[in-house]
Amino acid sequence: MSEPVIFERSQPGRRGVALPPLDVPEAPPLPAEFRRDDLPLPEVSELDVVRHYVRLSQLNFAIDSVFYPLGSCTMKYNPKVHEDAARLRGFQQIHPLQPAETVQGALELMFRLQEALGEISGLPAVSLQPAAGAQGELTGILMIRALHRDRGETGRRVVLVPESAHGTNPATAAMAGFTVKPVRADRAGNVDLDHLRSLLGPDVAAMMLTQPSTLGLFDPNIEEIAAQVHASGALLYGDGANLNAILGKVKPGESGFDVIHINLHKTFTTPHGGGGPGAGPVCASPALAPYLPDPVVGERDGQYVYLHPPKSIGKVRAFHGHFGMFVRAYTYIRSLGADGLREVSEHAVLNANYVRSRLQDLYELPYDRICMHEVVFSGSRQKQQHGIRTLDIAKRLIDYGYHPPTIYFPLVVDEALMIEPTETESKETLDGFIEAMRAIAAEAATDPELLKAAPTTTPVGRLDEAQAARRPDLRWQP
Amino acid sequence: MNIPEELGYTKEHEWVRFNDDGTVTMGITEFATDQLGDVVYVDLPPVGTTVRQFEKFGEIESVKAVSELFSGISGEVVEVNEKLGDQPELVNSDPYGEGWMLRVRPSNPAERDNLLSAADYGALTA
Repeated sequence: MSEPVIFERSQPGRRGVALPPLDVPEAPPLPAEFRRDDLPLPEVSELDVVRHYVRLSQLNFAIDSVFYPLGSCTMKYNPKVHEDAARLRGFQQIHPLQPAETVQGALELMFRLQEALGEISGLPAVSLQPAAGAQGELTGILMIRALHRDRGETGRRVVLVPESAHGTNPATAAMAGFTVKPVRADRAGNVDLDHLRSLLGPDVAAMMLTQPSTLGLFDPNIEEIAAQVHASGALLYGDGANLNAILGKVKPGESGFDVIHINLHKTFTTPHGGGGPGAGPVCASPALAPYLPDPVVGERDGQYVYLHPPKSIGKVRAFHGHFGMFVRAYTYIRSLGADGLREVSEHAVLNANYVRSRLQDLYELPYDRICMHEVVFSGSRQKQQHGIRTLDIAKRLIDYGYHPPTIYFPLVVDEALMIEPTETESKETLDGFIEAMRAIAAEAATDPELLKAAPTTTPVGRLDEAQAARRPDLRWQP
Repeated sequence: MNIPEELGYTKEHEWVRFNDDGTVTMGITEFATDQLGDVVYVDLPPVGTTVRQFEKFGEIESVKAVSELFSGISGEVVEVNEKLGDQPELVNSDPYGEGWMLRVRPSNPAERDNLLSAADYGALTA
C-alpha cells in the first residue's frame, strides 16, 4: 500500500506537541520496576499525523462516499441532523450521577423514546439500557427465565432457534444456561410448523424468532407460531434486527411476540462500528415488565423519575446505557413521524424487490417470492458453471465502486449473497449497482480470471483472509 | 468430487478408514472442505478421549463459519493429527491424507454397518 504506517514516518527527535512548563510540584518518579525505556512510540510532527490520518480516511469505503448494500444490518445512512441534536450542550455536558431533578430534559427524552419504541413494537414495557443487540437478546432471555422461575417452572431448559437465525441467538440462549434446539425451515423458507410442534413441550422456555427472517422473508404463519409456542407454556422472543422492514406496518407485540430487542444502530440510524457504540433497547409485554433492567424512566406528577422494576434482573449496563444514541434515535423518530417511518419500510422493501426482480435471471434465487427489506441470492450458478465463488463476485464489486454485500450468511443458503439496499437509495443508484452485478455475471463466463484476481483498482489487492486468520500479524515491528 | 471407494462416510461429511491394525482414521470429505472454504483452525480432543458414533468430537473453523465435527465411530482416541495445529490448510489440500484428524480404537466394530458407502455418500452430495 502506498501509505506507510505511522511508525515508518518516525524521525528521531521529531515532536508533535510542546508541553507547557511544569506548574505543579514535581511528583516522585514511578518505582524503577514499573519504568521502561523501550517505549517505541513514533516521533512525528503534528502535520505528519494530520496528513497520515486524512489520507487513510480517504481510502475508506464508507456510506458517505459509496453505495453500501450491507444495509441496516451493518449501518444505513445516518442523517446529519442527528449529530446536531447529540451535540446540544444540555445533553453533552450532563453527568449520569446528577440528581434526576437537574436532568429533566434528558430523562424526558428517554421517557419519550421508551414510549415511541413501545408504540412501534406494540410492547409497552421498555428498557433502553442494553448496549447492543446481542446484549438486548440476553436481557430478554434472562427476563423470560426469571418469569418462568417465578411461576415455579424450573423444568423449562430448552430454547428453540430456527436454523437461519443470527448466531447470536443460540449463543444468547446458551449463555443464559439453556439448551438450544434448532427448528427447521420448510421449502418456502418459513418455520416448519410440524417440526416446531414436535419440539414444543413442557421443557421449552422460549422460541427466538427473527421476523422477517435472515432470509429477508416475512413468515406468514407468525400468528400460528405464536399460538403454538404460547399453548405449550413457552414465550416468543423477537430478534428485532430486521425491524427496518416492518415499521408502522406490523407491531411485533400484536403478532404474538412477548419481548423483542431493537437495534437503534440499525433501524434508527445511530452510528456504530467505528462510529459509536450500539444500543439494543428491549420492549416487553406487561407480564414481563417487572423483570426489566433497573432503572427505567417514568413520569410522576409532571416530573421524570427513575423507577425500579420490582423483580428486575438487575443492571445490564452502567447508568442508563448509551445516552448519546438515544438522542439520535429519538431525533430520527420525531423528524420522520409515524408516516415517515412507514415510508422508510415501504421504500426499503420496494428497493430490495427491485434489485431482486432485475437480477434473478442471472443469479440463483433460492426462495423465489416477494422479499422484505433484503434479498438473498446464491452464487451457486456461477460456481457450478464457471468456478466463480461468491467471494469473487463480492471482490469484483469493489472494482466497480460498490461496497460488497453480506456474503456466506445465512449459512442455510449455499454461496449466499445478501443484498440490502435500504430506503435511502435512488433508482439511479440501484440501476448502477444492478448494471455492475449484471456485468460481473457476464465476466464470470467470459473472463473468470478477472474476478478471481479482483479487486485490482484498490490500494491493496485481494487480501489472504485464510492466512490472516491462521497467522495473524497484529502489531507493527521494525 | 473425490469420494474414495474404500472409505465409510457420515451424513455430516466425515470419512472413516479402517486400518489393518484394527484402528480407524477419521477426517472430513472433500465436499465438506469445498463447502467450508479455507480452514483456519481445527479443535480436536486429546488422546484418551472417548468419542461416540455420530456425536460431536470437535470443531472446525473456516473463513466462513465454525462447524461441528462428528465421529464416524465410537471408541477411544489413540492419536491426533498434531500437524493441523500449525497447518490447518492440510485439511483443504489433502482431506483424505495429510488432513486426517483422529485415529480411534473402535469399541464396537459393528457400527461400521451404520456408515454410508461411497456410492450412497456420492448420491447424498450430488
